[in-house]
Amino acid sequence: MSDRSLTRTTCPYCGVGCGVLASSDGGVAGDRDHPANRGRLCSKGAALGETLVDADRLTHPEIDGRRAGWDEALDLIARQFSRTIAEHGPDSVAFYVSGQFLTEDYYVANKLMKGFIGSGNIDTNSRLCMASSVAGHVRAFGEDLVPACYDDLEAAELVVLTGSNLAWCHPVLYQRLAAAKETHGTRIVVIDPRRTATCEIADLHLAVRPGTDVVLFAGLLAHLEAKGACDRSWMAGQTRGFDEALDAARKIARSIAEVASITDVPLDDVARFFAWFTTTERTVTCYSQGVNQSSAGTDKVNAILNCHLATGRLGRPGMGPLSLTGQPNAMGGREVGGLANQLAAHMAFNDADIDRVRRFWNAPRMASKPGLKAVDLFDAMLDGRIKALWVLATNPADSMPRAGRVRDALRACPFVAVSDCWPTDTSRLAHVVLPAMGWGEKDGTVTNSERCISRQRRFRDAPGEARADWWMMAEVARRMGWAQDFAYTTSAEIFREHAALSAFENDGRRLFDIGALADLGDEAYDQLQPVQWPLRRGESSGAARLFDGPSGRSLSFVATPYRPVAVPASNEWPLVLNTGRIRDQWHTMTRTGVVARLMTHRREPALEIHPLDAQRFGIAETDLVRIESPHGTTVTPMRLSTDQRRGEIFVPMHWSDAHSSAGPVDRIVGAAADPVSGQPELKATPVRIEPVTPLWRALLLRADAALPDGDHYWSRVPVEGGHAFDLAGLDVLPEGDASRAWVQRLLGASPQAELVVYADPARATFRYAAIVGDRLEACLFVAREASALPDRTVLIAALNAPVTPEARLLLLSGCATSDMTDTGPVVCSCFGVGRDAVCGAIGRGASTVTAIGQALRAGTNCGSCIPELKSLLRELRAAKEPANA
Amino acid sequence: MFDHRPSRERLVVVGNGMAAMRAVEELLARAPRRYDITVVGAEPHGNYNRILLSSLLAGEKTADEIAINGRNWYAEHGIRLLAGNPVTSIDPLAKSVTVEGLGALPYDTLLLGTGSRPLVPPLPGLGLPGVRAFRDIADTEAMIAAAGPDRRAVVIGGGLLGLEAAWGLKRRGMEVTVVHLMPTLMERQLDQTAGELLQSALSSRGIDFVTSAETEEILGSERAEGVRLADGRTIAADLVVLAIGIRPNIEMAKAAGLYVNRGILVGDDMRTSDPGIYAVGECIEHNGQVFGLVAPIWEQARVCGARLAGDPDAVYVPPPVFTSLKITGIDVFSAGSLAATDEADEELTLHDPGRGIYKKLVLRQERIVGSVLYGHVADGPWYVDLMRRKADVSAARDRLIFGRALAERQFAS
Repeated sequence: MSDRSLTRTTCPYCGVGCGVLASSDGGVAGDRDHPANRGRLCSKGAALGETLVDADRLTHPEIDGRRAGWDEALDLIARQFSRTIAEHGPDSVAFYVSGQFLTEDYYVANKLMKGFIGSGNIDTNSRLCMASSVAGHVRAFGEDLVPACYDDLEAAELVVLTGSNLAWCHPVLYQRLAAAKETHGTRIVVIDPRRTATCEIADLHLAVRPGTDVVLFAGLLAHLEAKGACDRSWMAGQTRGFDEALDAARKIARSIAEVASITDVPLDDVARFFAWFTTTERTVTCYSQGVNQSSAGTDKVNAILNCHLATGRLGRPGMGPLSLTGQPNAMGGREVGGLANQLAAHMAFNDADIDRVRRFWNAPRMASKPGLKAVDLFDAMLDGRIKALWVLATNPADSMPRAGRVRDALRACPFVAVSDCWPTDTSRLAHVVLPAMGWGEKDGTVTNSERCISRQRRFRDAPGEARADWWMMAEVARRMGWAQDFAYTTSAEIFREHAALSAFENDGRRLFDIGALADLGDEAYDQLQPVQWPLRRGESSGAARLFDGPSGRSLSFVATPYRPVAVPASNEWPLVLNTGRIRDQWHTMTRTGVVARLMTHRREPALEIHPLDAQRFGIAETDLVRIESPHGTTVTPMRLSTDQRRGEIFVPMHWSDAHSSAGPVDRIVGAAADPVSGQPELKATPVRIEPVTPLWRALLLRADAALPDGDHYWSRVPVEGGHAFDLAGLDVLPEGDASRAWVQRLLGASPQAELVVYADPARATFRYAAIVGDRLEACLFVAREASALPDRTVLIAALNAPVTPEARLLLLSGCATSDMTDTGPVVCSCFGVGRDAVCGAIGRGASTVTAIGQALRAGTNCGSCIPELKSLLRELRAAKEPANA
Repeated sequence: MFDHRPSRERLVVVGNGMAAMRAVEELLARAPRRYDITVVGAEPHGNYNRILLSSLLAGEKTADEIAINGRNWYAEHGIRLLAGNPVTSIDPLAKSVTVEGLGALPYDTLLLGTGSRPLVPPLPGLGLPGVRAFRDIADTEAMIAAAGPDRRAVVIGGGLLGLEAAWGLKRRGMEVTVVHLMPTLMERQLDQTAGELLQSALSSRGIDFVTSAETEEILGSERAEGVRLADGRTIAADLVVLAIGIRPNIEMAKAAGLYVNRGILVGDDMRTSDPGIYAVGECIEHNGQVFGLVAPIWEQARVCGARLAGDPDAVYVPPPVFTSLKITGIDVFSAGSLAATDEADEELTLHDPGRGIYKKLVLRQERIVGSVLYGHVADGPWYVDLMRRKADVSAARDRLIFGRALAERQFAS
């Protein structure tokens, strides 16, 4: 790639926010100049180019499933929202948005809902992701602040990773940490119920009982105090509440033994962790979804923050708490105020802030109170309080807990609009679907986990009529009567307004202040280099760390009483279901799910279970597992893993109804929410399981992704030239005419396709290939055991190359035929000797029929081929002689 | 005219066909000088490959091309050939045979290779001109003479020979109808699927078929004009070819007092009930079996030749029998069981109707006991070899039907 054709942009995946160099033809590389990654990329980021596929994109607005124009669709949304507001008040409508939003999208959404519609009912999927960290930060720092930065990971001597599978979820930070460990032996402690891939670099892994983090860190706080490690002089100047927090900690963690007992971790390991933390000044504690996605998530965050406040370990290199966000712009959303309980630009729902924002926006109808948080928002649809919803850039039908109930809510809601790049399980339930620009098409800013604002830049044309999300919302706002207030024509205009609001009557009250960017020209906005906030008017560089000097504000310890998981395991629901990411997938796979190589790491939504638990529940290695909770049920494949604690199982969160019959695991996940942050407990749902023994297994390859229905489990992955389905039969194979229809339906082949069939009924082995001309359209391999199914790479290759007549016959063997010797058309049928073999023998000196017979046996049985042998002898002799003449 | 003072043991061979002459070749290869050999043949040629008569009929090969040994070959090997002079009787006590027109011919050892003759149903009109069997060069030449455009033939019998005859006549421009007693063609060698594929392939080449049909009468007064079926249908024809099977020629042996049943009874050493008389080929019966296919006959010839050469250990063990059809562009191969006969048998099938390919293997306890191949037959001999060796194929079962090249890699791994 030549530098000229490259666009500097930012990765759309996790909260690390890596710089990416992208070209319009889909080439990507890590940006060496970006401070987050310095040229590194993870497996997902490196495959970004392969996600730029227009084929499956939404390309035009739809109303009730029919194609519509933009005007018609936007008019309808504006009309429905206006009418609903007029009849039922502003709190009868809602936006549900996303950390995939650019800051500019977020700003317009928030302004429209909170300043013009006049409701707090805008919430975001960050509620499922970072809300507990936000709440914890606000309680401790008075504002949603992340004091540390990525460089601190490298400067630290001890890094504590709690509730973070850094290796898979923030791979570039993992790489940076692993490299640091390599060069100066950084000590690493992983606190996670599972032995994750991150444990590869851990010096100590505490496999805690889910939900006991508060006890662990409370115990640590008490230990720090007991060992005299607390920095009383630092605390004295700028903190409050230490004694109350310490009292609370001592109540729930009276001794290391008690901590070990509650957390279910060996006493020595707890003691070692405490000792290391106590004696290591340069300690960074990273926390992510394992902490946040909890009914006690906010307390967990504060229990961690308490330990850093008590030791004064923040604001200096190599130390501090570092919340790792899930999404590329979770931070940007928080800066804008995109959560229902925030107002805007780190301002809260208090009279002064509401008035301040009203004046800045010249808002006709300011929201006066927080809106409904995600779980409550969808519940409010079910009971009729919310009557019009606009979902943008997220897929709650799969990603919300109790997803079945959320779908019921979407169905119950009188009006639902969805904006997205791809069709999703949510857009399928919408009245209006709008095609959104995606990564590489839209233009704006994102903020990563270390407060670094980077540009996402446009480098390719959006397919069809796709538009920016901010444009759609501004257009609706215009149609609702607020044309002047939403007269944006560029993302730069929006960003300037956002920056101005952050500085508006700030006077140091809010650390989030990017006033220096409020007057950025279009050109400068375009050229904006990654910069960490705060960046106040007049400042030219941002701040790597917060609290690196006297902040003038009082930081708070928070007493954190211990509350176990909301619903403990019981006899009826004996196992605890944990959910999370896998390495190569993102969210509900709308983007990563189209990339074949990203599906090779894990191709099925497999439940992970300790072998002894599998044994306990009678599950054999080849079984599927039915998982049931009070909220729903599903059937998934299974993998045995001693990385799981006993009594706990794990299912990845990514799969949806578009990728597997197992559907989203969130169907069975409960929604018990943290009382402060409203973030639901996605990682601890009591369930029960039972084995489902498949009667048959199958591999299906076909060109399209249409879903084969029937009484079977299925999961789908894209492959070059089509899609591969793993199937497992829950009922006997159909027989007779039903069997033919079944095969035809699964293959989905065109009417003119020729069917090739292999059958070994005694082994329940059946194979089918549908061929049109020299093209394999689809194939289906059925066997009793998955182990009897063929290597799919061979079949995938066959999907993408002309099928020769010879290969066609061998296709159903499932074997590569490339290294087989083809002996040419058969001459001697009795011994199966081909023409090429005969010519070869002649070439090696066989000069008579008898000699050929001795060499190859050809012609020695019925003798019918002797005339052909003679004529071949003649031909080759004739071919030879002129050359000799 | 005969030399009555031989210096060597006298071997008289009755029959100049493929079986007897292969036995002589096997003998010569082992003991070229042992016998003073006289071959007496009813047909006035050197010997030829009878299997290729259909190619001769189809015009794909010439008489020269199907010849195995010309007259000079006999001379080169010091063999006296009496071609065109049938033997009329055998006198085992006197150790001589009677040659028509030439009188008694004494022997020390006699080899019978009298072959078979067409099975002829008891039909009215059999004797009419225009009715031929399909057995030898004379039949073939007669059929070629009768053939021509705008002329019609009925072939009675949809077995191997009948179909080859039908194809040969079709190639010579005739309108051909095959009348077959059974529902599918070649039912002794092919299962229903392969039989149907074969019928459809031949139909598309312009041959008409009437299956499940019994011929009741050959119509005509001066010469054959057609056939009438049991259901009353008539089919016009200028030529009626009978190809419903063969019957061993045993009459002469029977008259000589040799034990016969359906064929001349022989032991594993290829001797008849008279220890001085051997027999091979389509005229014999061994262990209740009679023969029409080439592989077991070659094996008989090998054993017989070795015995004649003085090897007391040569023993005939029937090899697996396999069949192939000689119609250009139609590949058929069959060996052993055509289908599962009971619950212990398992069938593997591969069917590509679009390309006209069908394969079936019948397994019993993980051993191949039968194979039917249509359209792609290259692996037939390999399957026969596995059958013969009773090889356990379980390790490569999933690949077996896809052929040797793939399956052997599995065996190897």
